[in-house]
Formats: sequence, C-alpha cells, structure tokens
Amino acid sequence: MTLPVSPAGALAAIVIMALVTYLTRAGGVLMMSWVPIGPRMERFINAMSGSVLVAVITPMAVRGDDAARLALVATLGVMLATRKPLPSIGAGVVTAALWRLW
Amino acid sequence: MSSPPSSARLDRAGTLTGLKRMAPISLFTMAFGLAFGVAALHRGLSGLEAVMMSGLVFAGPAQFAVLEMWGPQIPLVALIATTFAINARHLVMGAAIYPWLRHLPPRQRYLSLTLLSDSNWAMAATDYQRGDTDNVGMLVGAGLALWLAWLIGTLLGVVFSSGISEPERFGLDVIMSCFLMAMLMTGKRDLWVLLPWSVAALSTLAALTWLPANTHVIVGALAGGAVGLLVPGKPHRKGVSA
Repeated sequence: MTLPVSPAGALAAIVIMALVTYLTRAGGVLMMSWVPIGPRMERFINAMSGSVLVAVITPMAVRGDDAARLALVATLGVMLATRKPLPSIGAGVVTAALWRLW
Repeated sequence: MSSPPSSARLDRAGTLTGLKRMAPISLFTMAFGLAFGVAALHRGLSGLEAVMMSGLVFAGPAQFAVLEMWGPQIPLVALIATTFAINARHLVMGAAIYPWLRHLPPRQRYLSLTLLSDSNWAMAATDYQRGDTDNVGMLVGAGLALWLAWLIGTLLGVVFSSGISEPERFGLDVIMSCFLMAMLMTGKRDLWVLLPWSVAALSTLAALTWLPANTHVIVGALAGGAVGLLVPGKPHRKGVSA
C-alpha cells in the first residue's frame, strides 16, 4: 500500500506519522496502568531503537557516492571523539562539500 | 537522598520555569530544525509540508528517516513501521515517569505527553528521581521550548534552502544521513550494542537484496531488537531509569 505524493497524500502521511508518534509518547504511560514494561521488553526496545537507525543508514552508506560515505565516516569519527552532534554533522557536511570540490 | 515526590502538579508558573530552563539548550534544537528544513526541501517536500511535519510529529530522528521514503509514492506500511520503531524509545521513557504522571488528572497527563521528547524527559525525569520537584511543568515547559525551537528552525531551514539551487555542492544532501549517524552515537557507550547493530546492518542488506522494496528497515529493526534480547542486561537496574 502506498500514498501518492500529492498534497493530500503527503498530508495524510504527515498526520499518520503524528498519530503513530503520539501513540509511542502516550503508550508507555498507558501500558503501565495494566501491563508493566519488563526488563526484557525494555532490552528489546532499546536494541531496536538503535537498530532501526542502522537499518536506515546502511542503504545510504551502500548506495551513496564516495562523498556521502566519507561524510558518514567523518560524522562517526567526530561523534566518537567529542559526543557533540552538531559539530559531527557539520564535519560530515563539510567533508562531502570538500570532496566534491575536487 | 530523598525519595521521589508522591505528588505531581501542572500549572502556568511551573511550566514557565521549565520553558526558561530549556531555552538555552533549545537553540541546538533550532539548528537541527534548520538542518531538517534543508533536507526536507531537498527530498521534495514543500515548505509547508516540512513545517507541518515538524509541528505535528515533533520527532527529529523519525522525520529525517522518513525523508528517505519520500518518492513519487510513499510506502505506507514502511512509513508506519519506521516511525513506530524509531519512536518506540518513548514507550520506555513514558513508562519510567508513569509513577509520577499517574498523580495528574488523565486529561493533563495525556496532554503533557504530546510534548515528551528526549531532552525534556531527561531533564524532568532526573529532577523527579532526585526527589527535587513535583512540577510536571518542567516536562511541559521544556517540551514547549523544544517544540517552538524545532518549528522555528524548520521554518528557517525552508527559507534558507529555497535560496540554494545546488545543495549537493555544499554537501547539504548528506545532512540526513549524518544526523541519523550522530543520533545513533548519542546513547550510552556500551560495546554490546555492536552485536544487535551488526545483525541489523546485515539483515538490512539481505532484505535489500532478496526481499520486496521497503521491507529492509522493518527487517533490520526487528532483527536488531531480537538480538538485543540475547545480550546480557545491566547488572544493576537502578530504579526506573531508562
């Protein structure tokens, strides 16, 4: 099932995203009133939230050009060194721009 | 050490306190919003759509991730699954502050939760667990500051981006993947996460090769989550901290 990227389709996609996101925001509190989230569920969710980012980034790294790949490496490196997201993203963007200047 | 307060209140004064405390930090959120505005326009969203998404969804990583699916057709199941999987951490966060929020009337409780996000949760949950405050306005006010900053940032990004004709030349097309990479590395540093993450990467690649289009994110997320169950848990669980 797909939504066309007409204005109405895009709006529908945005509203659906908003509803799903609110469900996660309220869901934790809502669930705790009947089924508490146990440590196993918490481990699953924690591992999944990192894994989904990995799953989104992987195709970008595999299918992207060299500039995109180098940008990811630069972001990873600065992030490991400083733990500061903004400089890390900046490093990635500058790396891609410089690589393409060549 | 005091125990967590056994009451909760939500009022205007307390909300203002939270708003003021988060205001300086929310400047960073504004910068991320700017990045999102630029990336969204680059992926073909209209300025209005980008701003609406930020206003209604208010969840950076999920918003960046779905940009990748924005093509001539938006795959519905993948959109829902990706949004849910990326935001599932909210479930754990909400559960952690449940003992606190349950003292609020349901309407206030579920309205407050519309603004639950990483930074204001971290701030409010820390206060609560230290027994410092019964002020839920810390969560709500700080969330409001973040929401406003995210919205204004997106707007700035949209305006800024419409003046640039070749975003690739300036490396602006990689903002999306670099943002997601930075978010991935933000969490606690524990080598064990490499196990679920490697499995997630490999299953994503396998799904890309052999499974129908747009299934790879779900496959990777579930595979990584399942492996997370095998990884040894934390030796001491301190209270309800996530």
